Amino acid sequence: MNNESLIRFCDVSYRYESDNETPLPLAIKNINIDIKKGEFVAILGHNGSGKSTLAKLSNAIILPESGNVFVEGMDTADEKLEYDIRQKVGVVFQNPDNQIVATIVEEDVAFGPENLGIEPAEIRQRVDDALKSVGMYEYRLHEPHKLSGGQKQRVAIAGVMAMQTDCIVLDEPTAMLDPKGREEVMKSMLRLNKEMGKTVVLITHYMDEAVKADRVIVMNSGNVVLDGTPREVFSHEEIIENAGLELPDSSKLALKLKKNGVNLPDGILTPDEFIEAFKFSLSGGASH
Amino acid sequence: MIKDITIGQYFPGDSFIHKLDARAKLIVVFLALVEIFLCKNFLSLALIVIFAIVSVAISKISFKVVFKGMKMIYFIIVLTSVLQIFYNDEGTVLLDWWKLKITTGGIFTAIFMAIRIICLILVSSLLTYTTSPTTLTDGISRLLSPLNKIKVPVDTLAMMMTIALRFIPTLIEEIDKIMNAQKARGADLDSGNLVQRAKALVPIFIPLFVNSFRRAYELAFAMECRCYNGNNKRTRMKQMKFSWRDVVAFGIIAVMLAGIILLNHFFGAVI
Repeated sequence: MNNESLIRFCDVSYRYESDNETPLPLAIKNINIDIKKGEFVAILGHNGSGKSTLAKLSNAIILPESGNVFVEGMDTADEKLEYDIRQKVGVVFQNPDNQIVATIVEEDVAFGPENLGIEPAEIRQRVDDALKSVGMYEYRLHEPHKLSGGQKQRVAIAGVMAMQTDCIVLDEPTAMLDPKGREEVMKSMLRLNKEMGKTVVLITHYMDEAVKADRVIVMNSGNVVLDGTPREVFSHEEIIENAGLELPDSSKLALKLKKNGVNLPDGILTPDEFIEAFKFSLSGGASH
Repeated sequence: MIKDITIGQYFPGDSFIHKLDARAKLIVVFLALVEIFLCKNFLSLALIVIFAIVSVAISKISFKVVFKGMKMIYFIIVLTSVLQIFYNDEGTVLLDWWKLKITTGGIFTAIFMAIRIICLILVSSLLTYTTSPTTLTDGISRLLSPLNKIKVPVDTLAMMMTIALRFIPTLIEEIDKIMNAQKARGADLDSGNLVQRAKALVPIFIPLFVNSFRRAYELAFAMECRCYNGNNKRTRMKQMKFSWRDVVAFGIIAVMLAGIILLNHFFGAVI
């Protein structure tokens, strides 16, 4: 990981248009976030915290009311750079049904590169690579509507991959999926980040997903309230709860046990960590 | 019931017909339809019937599927041919009752018509059975590309068609869901007279429309994210190339045209 900035939000505010005279409150308030190349960032927040707005701001789908968003130094407000920006940052949305354009999996994945005017042979190569990287290659000739939710979402991710963007922003990609589909998508995201070096920004409200990120940002009513490693962020129980979120299950359980006198260390995040610590506490740790 | 409609569906395969170039297939099917209307007697019609049956056989799509797909149209076939019986009063009179007169000529025309309609449907549905919707729209847009010169937005229209086809199964699924949701709230969809039933459909179509607008909005975002803007120079992953197969298909259709003209000329017309 290096320190080069990929997406930079500088003092960004955004307000959705209102249907009537009274303007809506700001969805995003003077936000400063710097996302570095190669990071896996999870953005957490409950409904209406402004986290999805960040996704749309990140590749010039919407423009900030004040402040600037820079993608590799390019200002998203510059219309001429729109294309270059979208080739750097791809976005995957919540509902896979509403982002698949074609009737055959591989043709959908080819949609992005086709728009970029890339040579057919090169598109073929990119489509095959993208489908393999999300484990959907054997489904390339299937019809999208016959796939499961997790598979559809992986096709959508492949569609962004085929454009060879440096960064993928996923806006609650697992919200409409069953646990199995969620796991599939999560695996693909981790693979993109760890093996292929892509920057991944995962917007979610599942704690268990956020725990796997390098960095967690917590949003509450348009503000960034926490920003740090999962361990740092989840040690602030009160702020997390004020943001309308809950700690990961393992952390919650560990905290409760600790309050009742069980000897456990701080900062337990995953089930595996919990089991290790609990075993230790049962065997030797507790008797001393 | 809505799921039984197989017309317009695509059955993947790798037969001779599947492998034809979409543009060639479109032209061949168009010519075949023209030829069906050129037939004037049973002999030339027989040529078409053989062509249609052999085509279906080559495509390896089961006849069961093909005829099941036609189920919805049987009524139209029967109605049209029955009407034909009374339009033709040539030949021997078989029945003369009140103002209705049935003649051998009428019966022949009726049978002729029925076969003709069945052939029309067979040939045209074979086109969609063996061509993926995207390839088909791609083929249409390439055939129509000269119209770009007179500012007809062919590519945009083709994209609209692709999206429409893509959303048919999604919307069918959605209608199903909404119907179940409304039934769960006590909506009565299956009883009453025609007007009552039509009224019962309102609470199904309103959510469907609202959802469709939302979908369209999200789809537009997703397409923009993937750099679509409707006027950029798009390339295609799949190149279209004419092959020997297309030449063979054109050859067959040309020979059939000659055959039909000759048979019409030498054996007289039924119609």
